[in-house]
Amino acid sequence: MKKKKEMLKNSVLVHMLVAGFFLIISSCTPDEAQKITVFQELVMADEFDTDNEINADIWTFDIGTGSNGWGNNEEQFYTNRTENISVQNGILIIKALKEDYNGSDYTSSKILTKGLKEQAYGRFEARIQLPTGQGMWPAFWLLGANCGDGTADTEVWPNCGEIDIMEYRGQDPTVVHGSVHGPGYAAGNAITKSYVLENDRFDTGFHVFGIEWSPEYINYYVDDVLYNQITRDQVLKKGAWVFDQPFYIIINLAVGGDFIGAPNAETIFPQTMLIDYVRVYKN
Amino acid sequence: MKIIKNNYIKVIFLLMLLGSVTSCDRELSENVEFTTFPTTGEVFEDAFSNGLQYFPFLGSQIDAFTVDTSEKYAGTASMRFDVPAFGINYAGANFPTTGPRDLRGYDALTFWAKGSQAATINELGFGLDGITDENKFRVVKSNTPITTKWEKYTIAIPDPSKLDAATGVFWYAEGAQDISDEGGYTFWIDDLKYEKLGTLGQPQPRIVNGEDRKQENFIGNSLNMSDYGLTQTFNLASGKNQTVTAAPMYFDFESSNIEVARVSETGIVRVVGIGTATITAMLAGVKAAGSLTIVSSGYFPISAAPSEDENNVISIFSDTYKNVPIDFHNGFWQPYQTTLGGETLIGGQNVLSYTDFNFVGTQLTNGIDITEMTHYSIDILMLKKPTDLDLLLTFKAVDGSLQQNRIGQSYQLDSTAPLVHSDTDFEAGVWETIKIPIRPTTETALDKTAINIIIIENIKSSNLKILYTDNMYFYKE
Repeated sequence: MKKKKEMLKNSVLVHMLVAGFFLIISSCTPDEAQKITVFQELVMADEFDTDNEINADIWTFDIGTGSNGWGNNEEQFYTNRTENISVQNGILIIKALKEDYNGSDYTSSKILTKGLKEQAYGRFEARIQLPTGQGMWPAFWLLGANCGDGTADTEVWPNCGEIDIMEYRGQDPTVVHGSVHGPGYAAGNAITKSYVLENDRFDTGFHVFGIEWSPEYINYYVDDVLYNQITRDQVLKKGAWVFDQPFYIIINLAVGGDFIGAPNAETIFPQTMLIDYVRVYKN
Repeated sequence: MKIIKNNYIKVIFLLMLLGSVTSCDRELSENVEFTTFPTTGEVFEDAFSNGLQYFPFLGSQIDAFTVDTSEKYAGTASMRFDVPAFGINYAGANFPTTGPRDLRGYDALTFWAKGSQAATINELGFGLDGITDENKFRVVKSNTPITTKWEKYTIAIPDPSKLDAATGVFWYAEGAQDISDEGGYTFWIDDLKYEKLGTLGQPQPRIVNGEDRKQENFIGNSLNMSDYGLTQTFNLASGKNQTVTAAPMYFDFESSNIEVARVSETGIVRVVGIGTATITAMLAGVKAAGSLTIVSSGYFPISAAPSEDENNVISIFSDTYKNVPIDFHNGFWQPYQTTLGGETLIGGQNVLSYTDFNFVGTQLTNGIDITEMTHYSIDILMLKKPTDLDLLLTFKAVDGSLQQNRIGQSYQLDSTAPLVHSDTDFEAGVWETIKIPIRPTTETALDKTAINIIIIENIKSSNLKILYTDNMYFYKE
């Protein structure tokens, strides 16, 4: 615990240094300047330090198969069983299993902060080791808290907005994707960018995936690398900017589906998505 | 060259130092720096890297390799390989370095390649040290498809920590294996070098091809784990799995019962007692899938010495008679033969020991005249009595004419291959002597003046996988 806190301090320091560095660079090259905001006030964190407990003050579950495999023809059945989700040795483990379960061929888990922790703007980050193999689709993402069926105060997707901090295809072990979905830029037309990890891969160690989200832009990070900035102006060229209201966090490990295709003979089960921490900062 | 010589001197000096230190039981100071070899990763970018040599394989087309300055991926030159047409020859060579290199900092051998046509290169690899025949760190990647465009290829190192003094930095073998296989074409390799990619993950080492196999065996026998499917698989950055065949030295083997079987560092298993022992392995700390369980029932049975007068015998393989010269007792005939093994010494007697038996042949150096002979004798040992035993034993003459004979049950009622020995006579673990009459010329087309090949074949594909033979000879009654 003590160590972890010290490391945290150090990493904040590093972030500040890196941010400073970027500022210096951007001041020299104004055309390609990326605006940086450093969100430093920690407002929510789950370090997963209590074995065998998913904190019910932070997380809720989606159970089942949704409709049409959560809209993507995903093949897993989500459960909250310890076989599929558990906390061990400071790590949240989401495990995809190949098993016959309520008519599905696979089981896995999906957790959300819906109705519990919702926030507009800030730094959202998680330290994750990803699974491997064709058909593995883990994600760390945000959905507008007003997402619903369009009645009352709700908006239908994609009008409520979606921010994908990290998506990954198990068959591309060195690549992650960061995207936003909204009206006029959803699904296949989402505003997205991929990041290729040089001389390393995402399924053999932990990496920090984060965004810094302000009223004017969303910056995407992998570890200390800022690899994309999506600005309000850029979004407005395609549709409405729908990122001024509170969003909630989703972490899940899907199996199969339109984005990645089904697992194949070389896909080894079980597969695990390991989450060391989830942290949210604001100004 | 000078630098390399100095290194050797340093090594010797260090060894002497170690000797003197250990003799008085003192430990080395933390300040001691061990001699290390150059960490050069380059093999061939535009020219031979420092100390690189070219040794064509025995029997290969010596001039198949040249340096080409017109075709290249980058820089000024590439390695050009002209693969001969089918039936002419094959292309193959080792490229060792004069002095060892420390390759521990790398995880793969990479290169760019293209062909004058789409082709599949039979074997590419590294780890042939070029000095001894041990090739302790041999790695082979089989059947690499190439296209007519420059593309990058990777051969993963099964465990880089083993390559602290590597000399065999590259080798290849490619030829037309039959008339339909590509030959008479050219391929190029460029920017051949060791790299630290960092993108290789999910190692899946295997022994016995990942299977759990059980094998009957005997005290005094030994076998080489390299004959038992040793591979390492990595997931590449592309998300594709790549499997290479790896030498036993990359693995750490363990026997579950060293009173029954012991494994050396080089993968030689010796059967030393009665009982059961399971051989398993780790590679770089990862447990290998698969195991080999050896069930040892005691000493290997000795076949009875033949009693024919040596003047009436033409011997192919026996410890009793003088044998005629042979080319081989296993031709590894591709593509259909699975049979491994050949001549081996067990408990002081020479026997032919075959595993994964489907068919195998002995080829004589010269055709022999058996006109005067009345029989062929062969001793056969099976560890388990197989069901559905049906062996076809063929004498073949230089002109291609045959006499064929069935042993066991003749399921296919073939008048040209009559049954000469019933399967009811066999007992598990007991040598059986089979005497096959040489049939008169009226019954067989065999040219008895020039016999040069004897083939034994598992016709019924029965569960007979391990076969021992001994005392193979023609004789006159």
